Amino acid sequence: MRVNNVNDLKAIAEKYNAEIGKYEHTIYVCGGGGCISSKCQDTKNFVDGYIKEQGLSDKVNVIFTGCMGTCAMGPVVLVEPERVYYVHVTPERAKEIIDRQILKGEVIEEYTFFDANLNKHIPCIDDIPFFAEQVQIVLNKCGKIPFDSVEAYIAKGGFTAAAKAFTMTQQQIIDEVTASGLRGRGGAGFPTGIKWSAGMKAQGEHKCIVCNADEGDPGAFMDRSAIEGDPFCLIEGMMIGGYAIGANNGYVYCRAEYPVAVERFNKALDIAREWGLLGKNVLGSGFDFDIELRIGAGAFVCGEETALMNSIQGERGEPRQKPPFPFESGLFNYPTIINNVETYYNIAEIINRGADWFAQYGVGKSKGTKVFALAGDVINTGIVEVPMGMSLRKLIFEIGGGITDGMKFKAAQMGGPSGGCITEKNLDTSVDYESLTALGAIMGSGGLIVMGENTCMVDTARFFMQFIQDESCGKCTPCRVGTKRMLEILERITQGKGTLEDLDTLEELSYTIKDTAMCGLGQTAPNPVLSTLANFRDEYVAHIVDKTCPAHICSALAHYYIVPEKCKGCTLCARNCPVQCISGKVKEPHVIDQDKCIKCGACMTNCKFGAVIKK
Amino acid sequence: MSDVAKNLSAADKETQANYEKLANVIDLYSGKEGCLIQVLHAAQEIFGYLPFEVQKFVADNMGFSVSYVSSVSSFYSFFSTTPRTKHDVKVCLGTACYVRGGKLLIEKLQELLGIGVGEATADNVFSIHVTRCVGACGLAPVVVVDDDVFKQVKPADIAGILDQYRGE
Repeated sequence: MRVNNVNDLKAIAEKYNAEIGKYEHTIYVCGGGGCISSKCQDTKNFVDGYIKEQGLSDKVNVIFTGCMGTCAMGPVVLVEPERVYYVHVTPERAKEIIDRQILKGEVIEEYTFFDANLNKHIPCIDDIPFFAEQVQIVLNKCGKIPFDSVEAYIAKGGFTAAAKAFTMTQQQIIDEVTASGLRGRGGAGFPTGIKWSAGMKAQGEHKCIVCNADEGDPGAFMDRSAIEGDPFCLIEGMMIGGYAIGANNGYVYCRAEYPVAVERFNKALDIAREWGLLGKNVLGSGFDFDIELRIGAGAFVCGEETALMNSIQGERGEPRQKPPFPFESGLFNYPTIINNVETYYNIAEIINRGADWFAQYGVGKSKGTKVFALAGDVINTGIVEVPMGMSLRKLIFEIGGGITDGMKFKAAQMGGPSGGCITEKNLDTSVDYESLTALGAIMGSGGLIVMGENTCMVDTARFFMQFIQDESCGKCTPCRVGTKRMLEILERITQGKGTLEDLDTLEELSYTIKDTAMCGLGQTAPNPVLSTLANFRDEYVAHIVDKTCPAHICSALAHYYIVPEKCKGCTLCARNCPVQCISGKVKEPHVIDQDKCIKCGACMTNCKFGAVIKK
Repeated sequence: MSDVAKNLSAADKETQANYEKLANVIDLYSGKEGCLIQVLHAAQEIFGYLPFEVQKFVADNMGFSVSYVSSVSSFYSFFSTTPRTKHDVKVCLGTACYVRGGKLLIEKLQELLGIGVGEATADNVFSIHVTRCVGACGLAPVVVVDDDVFKQVKPADIAGILDQYRGE
């Protein structure tokens, strides 16, 4: 069918709601990235089959959704109307849930969410701190509707914002977005309204609106989850943006590492075209708009807006010199406005509910919410959306559930290879653009890697520099050569061959690269080094002066010892040592010759008694 | 006809069919601007990799020079100019996986397969690759074999994972 106006939307919503209203129970099976890897498709197939087999098809509705958030506990399942949240739901557990929860009304507590802080299972999703402390604007439909149903999206108010926007002038939309205080969620935080205003005023035969879905920061998977779980919301956000600036063509540039997002978004595009929600005369508004999905090919630099445009054009993803800025001359040299995925996901709600509603969330100049991908040494890894201004402590320890394995918190790394780390003393900092920048970190796109005490910060800096070195496109010298020199210095330090002068050189190089590199990748590349130098200088000094790695990570600085009390003299270590530096008689404690040891760790891996330790 | 000749002609036929498929893809994109990367994706999907001949075919049929096509294909890490092994074993070294011990998985793989990163086993069954974040950070550390994601992998799990693909 074709949707021509608001009444059509209303009719579709009513029909869909009546349809789902007739079921007594709904089983939501998460089909997010994390759950897919945990074989949620098997669970979904089993539930479908078993419901049919038990003759429950007219009583129980089974919905395959996008990411619900707790990615490490997959496959997860939510049962309504009780709102019981089950984790690690294998087909066997699913059978039990249907037999007992659905048919007998029993809650199977041991299969529900376990809160490590409270040390107990919490059956109802609304009582779980991980969910209860969130405010969802961007993810308000993700994980709650079938990702491939435009009717479900419309039933949740989908496309009403676009319909409303088409009754407004371009200026009115831009004023609303400006007043909301929405800023770019890709990391830099440029005010979206100002950007769109420049796009509207730009003169050009054609204009383009682009979505940056090249979520390249390692440790970030927010955009992936949003697109996979609620693809129509991106279409609607871009459509409103296109109308506001006067662009009829939209492009989504998605990284090739996200095949599921690509597949689901392509399907959503087809459905939207079929329903008259893309193409000529969208929603009967007289406005023509369509979106094309372009897939990247594995280059981090393509997340930089000008490199991204070159890549969409089928060229090498090298950045362009600015000016001209994209709004003057961007994709195919047309005036172009480019925003991040998450930015577009805020638009429909801002138009529907108004700027004041949106601006009630957040603090200072940072309005609304921010989606974070919690990962690393944190208990509840996954996707969370919180109002700006929440403290990092609350984010990591209440929502995130704290640090794994009883470790002590060491640092939170934000903003990936362009960002920095926040330490214990700044954990109460408010999560907003200004406060984080003041600490030498950045909001970034939302990757939040929590690091426990067993992380070496020098090695982390080396890791990011290695990443940047691999991904530098090579076009400008500061980035191509400068990051190579920085990497070499960091490698020397982690091998115990650094000097204290190296630290000065690192700093000098950092500032030079920041000042002179051509694009954002190079200009921000030294940040992890500067940030770790500022917060963990003592660790650098320990590597250089004491020749030790306090976290026992840097293998060149590690020393392996055999604890005599634990050694059974089984000779396994000696037989596996590639340089024959372990000696000892059978059934007697063995000893490692420190001078000959090459620190490969083979003895430690092979010891069955935990007698080999690393110091 | 000898068996060898029969096989050869079957292989030739397959190659021929692949080029026809690729020509269709190029046709499909002909009206749109800047589709080289999308065509190269399709070509790699069809041929498994992008040998010189395929890049030349793309260049000739899209009106580019071969050097231009090569400049683009060599820029992106997804494009490979060498044949793939039967199974690609990719260890994620994104930040989360790195922090959770991805490095140890690489070491274990190298030890078990006796090859380095970017290399293939002699029987062309496995190759080891490092990948930068597959967006499964909640499951860190992960290993991806072909399209299957293995979560929260420990070095001790590696041998079992490889065994699942050995017999195939």
